[in-house]
Amino acid sequence: MMMSIGAVAAASTLDLLAYSPPGWGATLLKGLLNSIVIALGAYGLGLLIGIGGAFGKLYGGPVLKDLLAVYTTIVRAVPELVLILILFYAFTGVLNEALLAWGFDRVQISPIVTGIAVLGIVQGAYQTEVLRGGILAVPSGQIEAARAMGMSRGLLARRITLPLMASNALPGMANLWLNATKDTALLAVIGFSELTQATKQAASTTKAFFTFFAAAMVLYLCISLLSTFLIGRIEKWARRGQRDMRG
Amino acid sequence: MGAAWPTGYEGLMRDFLKPHRIILLAIALALVAFCVLKLRWDWLAEPKYQIALLQGIWRSIWIMVVTMVIGMLLAIPIGLAQAAGPWYLATPARVFCTVIRGTPLLMQLWLLYYGLGSLFPTIPGIRDSVLWPILRQAWPYAVVALSLSVAGYEGEVMRGAFKGVPHGQLEAAKSMGMPRLTILRRIWLPQAIHRVLPTIGGETVLQLKSTPLVSTITIMDTYAVAGRIRQDTFIVYEPLILLAVIYMVITGIIVLAFRWFERRLPTRTA
Repeated sequence: MMMSIGAVAAASTLDLLAYSPPGWGATLLKGLLNSIVIALGAYGLGLLIGIGGAFGKLYGGPVLKDLLAVYTTIVRAVPELVLILILFYAFTGVLNEALLAWGFDRVQISPIVTGIAVLGIVQGAYQTEVLRGGILAVPSGQIEAARAMGMSRGLLARRITLPLMASNALPGMANLWLNATKDTALLAVIGFSELTQATKQAASTTKAFFTFFAAAMVLYLCISLLSTFLIGRIEKWARRGQRDMRG
Repeated sequence: MGAAWPTGYEGLMRDFLKPHRIILLAIALALVAFCVLKLRWDWLAEPKYQIALLQGIWRSIWIMVVTMVIGMLLAIPIGLAQAAGPWYLATPARVFCTVIRGTPLLMQLWLLYYGLGSLFPTIPGIRDSVLWPILRQAWPYAVVALSLSVAGYEGEVMRGAFKGVPHGQLEAAKSMGMPRLTILRRIWLPQAIHRVLPTIGGETVLQLKSTPLVSTITIMDTYAVAGRIRQDTFIVYEPLILLAVIYMVITGIIVLAFRWFERRLPTRTA
């Protein structure tokens, strides 16, 4: 019932969603684009950290292993919102202090870069764990055989470990991609103009709160449905040549 | 546990305190000492901040527990509808799970609080109804949004749990002449819940990490209190560090509590 009342009240404000200026469509779509760019960047950065972290956790020295354990434990125990706030201030603060110390002027870092860096560090911790699990699930005989053939470490990782672990790690990595798209919404709290912030701005200007938040929900849902579809295709590709386990 | 594990306190300590760990611990202690001595903590001595922080922590935990319980109770019918329900129940349940899992919780919270909240006053008569004093406050929206979020994620987990119960169990119950509701109550539900119990600890931690979002709709939880302290005192880092430590401690307590709880659960490995 509440939803139907909402729909009726919202229908009268639907033209606010039009693309050109009286409507706020362009603002929302720009926010959506920012969200996607930040999510892609953060996921990419997280992948770099994750691959490094996973190999470090499995094959690194004792000090590296412990440091990585501290990193993944802290990041996974503290709420993303708190981490984003801490990293946001720490990232810009430390960088500017360093610049001042070396005799440069302070810089204003673009919000998108900050967002990518902050979310990337968060993603990296989760991806480290997922990728580590994926590597552990690679049959050890494969790796031993490659070592016996005299492959160097880099070649072994590139030709054997990474391709074989891909299908193991994919479900977890897919979940993390969806998390990355959803976590971009948290950046609204520190005032980045991504989709959530753009929506809030549009909603509080026009007072059509329900319309805009519902529209943004639809946009987020589109991202995740499209992602789920593409991930399904990728998973099929990564599992090519494997026996169907469903029997 | 196998015999390979070091037994007893001394074995644990020997296993933990390798030479490099002692150096790392020393560095960590130095960092902590630096934070305690060099950073500003005088605001912590003020009673008004102490009380506010304790109230905030209490609110965070309260919201986490209440929404977790309501969410799990909702998740059972949602999971059951998806696993065994007729299409007119299974489809809405699947759509619900997809929407909840496909959109940010912050957006859901704002849609309820700002969106629905701005529509309620336009409904004639609602200002005079008994519901109005409740609808005017923020916490009902927070509880509803966070509970629905748990229901969406756990509904999917429960679907898998219901489907994972061996078919022979249900067939045996049916051949004993049990009515369908009794099968659900005695056989299917207990085994499904037994399957998800190990995951609930992790889900509770995730739920704790979602609670700071309620500070965006004016609820003074731990996160909001830290923000207020930062505004009042112009101190940038220290309240944030304290905030992270508080959440880590609560997470640790949750993990330990569930580990203790799981050890008491009867399990049988074949």
